[in-house]
Amino acid sequence: MSNASIILDDPTWIIVAKGVLIFVLCVLLTLLSIWGERRIVARMQMRMGPNRVGPFGLIQALADGVKLALKEDIIPAAADRAVFVLAPIISATTCFMAFAVIPLTGEVNFFGEQTIMQLTDLPVGVLYVLATASIGVYGIVLAGWSSGSTYPLLGGLRSSAQVISYEIAMGLSFVGVFIYAGSMSTGDIIAAQSTWWNIVVLFPSFAIYVISMVGETNRAPFDLAEAEGELVGGFHTEYSSLKFALFFLAEYVNIIAVSSLATTLFLGGPSAPPGLGFTSAWLGGWFSFIWFFLKVLAFFFFFVWLRGTLPRLRYDQFMKLGWKVLIPVNVAWILVVATLRLLTQQSASRFVIAGFTGAVVLAVLGAISVYDRSKIKVEELANQVGPMPEPSFPVPALPTSLALREKEGN
Amino acid sequence: MSNFHLEPRPSGAIQKAAEQSLPVTGTEPAGFFTQLKGFWVTFSTMFKKPNTIEYPEVKPEVAPGFHGRHQLNRYEDGLEKCIGCELCAWACPADAIYVEGENNSEGNQISPGERYAKVYQINYLRCIFCGLCIEACPTRALTMTNEYEIADDTREKLIWEKGDLLAPLRAGMLMPPHPMYPESDHHNYYRNEIRESHPSQDTTGGGQSR
Repeated sequence: MSNASIILDDPTWIIVAKGVLIFVLCVLLTLLSIWGERRIVARMQMRMGPNRVGPFGLIQALADGVKLALKEDIIPAAADRAVFVLAPIISATTCFMAFAVIPLTGEVNFFGEQTIMQLTDLPVGVLYVLATASIGVYGIVLAGWSSGSTYPLLGGLRSSAQVISYEIAMGLSFVGVFIYAGSMSTGDIIAAQSTWWNIVVLFPSFAIYVISMVGETNRAPFDLAEAEGELVGGFHTEYSSLKFALFFLAEYVNIIAVSSLATTLFLGGPSAPPGLGFTSAWLGGWFSFIWFFLKVLAFFFFFVWLRGTLPRLRYDQFMKLGWKVLIPVNVAWILVVATLRLLTQQSASRFVIAGFTGAVVLAVLGAISVYDRSKIKVEELANQVGPMPEPSFPVPALPTSLALREKEGN
Repeated sequence: MSNFHLEPRPSGAIQKAAEQSLPVTGTEPAGFFTQLKGFWVTFSTMFKKPNTIEYPEVKPEVAPGFHGRHQLNRYEDGLEKCIGCELCAWACPADAIYVEGENNSEGNQISPGERYAKVYQINYLRCIFCGLCIEACPTRALTMTNEYEIADDTREKLIWEKGDLLAPLRAGMLMPPHPMYPESDHHNYYRNEIRESHPSQDTTGGGQSR
């Protein structure tokens, strides 16, 4: 039975209960993940992190939230008031919507009803997630524009350009999954991973998705939109109080949303890891939520690890990576996946499939070799140019030349 | 300041320097797997002990020469070492010290010798803890302690009076004013020959201090 047909006969009260549960889970996870991120990054930098409010500082995020709510809410005089207020609301609402199609558990008994902790199973579920993420961009770009200030505008522009660019790479990395599962519904995609998870079968898609999900959520090392060193705070510079808290909430819910999507598409969703399938009999299927949760946490740790390790990319490098590397590689990979899929569907002989795979590998190796040769050629050309002629005007001394002069006693 | 050139550099100097300086190398980015090493650095650091000192609960020992708050010392019999000379106030680059001297008199001997400090104030809003006052003090009256928790919530409380700065009376000391040690003068004090108070110095008639 597919997820859609199990959910179909849910009475209204279960649908409402699920909606509330998902919302509560997201907010709680946000509080937990803010605390977790600060603690983990702190340990990576040999610090303690927040440890004063509550046991192990667990209530720190909640205390910060209360503090933000009690702060003065400032709307700049130059701001477009209506849009300024609307922007954080758009951001904070759209990020929750992605969770509607993500199955958090396998089949469970929910107060006497056989159901799945998934609000709905759309036939185009994953596209729906992409759509909500795109609407979320409006929150950012409108916030940047309506602030009536330079840095937010720059941050908003950067952010929207970034999210739109990486959404292409992200969407393309879904295509491999769609081709393989033959469906866009999250339930069917999970069902298609019953033998092998997609992370094994479609590893290039997975790698590209992981890179683009970091870009999509504006997180380090792709946090150019709120680059505090250059843009103050980016699009949310002028925001304060609860509106700022909404952006903060949106950022973390977004992280959890893309992590959940990655879990669903590539790690088999709430299904148990290989060899641990017997756990699905425990707790009436509720144990599957623990697997889902652990997978999402693993992604979240990866996010934090990236932030603790990598410096921020320059804007042009970032765009180059997105448009000139991720998208072309993705398109080529989709061609390979589609061809392989077609060959297996038409039950081609093993030799044909092996021959095609070998040809692809050879082509990739050849491309790498050509690329390396062209790089060597560029270096040779650069060497032919020779040293720069001395300028005819006085220029500031090089540091070494100063030291030399001192040695000579001038 | 031989590096400070106002004249334009003579032609050829740059060329010469460029020839003698090392060429810039290593502008190529490191290889992919070399760059991955950074992930191991952050991951392994997670399991190291944090460097954090949890300050209000754990108060670390400061170095012996730490420049903490000041103290006005006493001789072993309880007389104050400060002679009200104001050299500390003169030495202070932040103008944080205010001293008013006064003559010692018969029946009101605060310090050995002629003068003592009637008013002694250190303004900790101005003090930069440079220690020049300590170097200036001719009698070692002013020294610095290892105490660093001086913060307070009003400006008035941060101007420390003489009473706040004076060292406490230790065993064998008498609270001044009291006469100098019998058959001695201020030179004996300055040579640090007074080791304790003499019973005859106690003019209150009993008790070591009041």
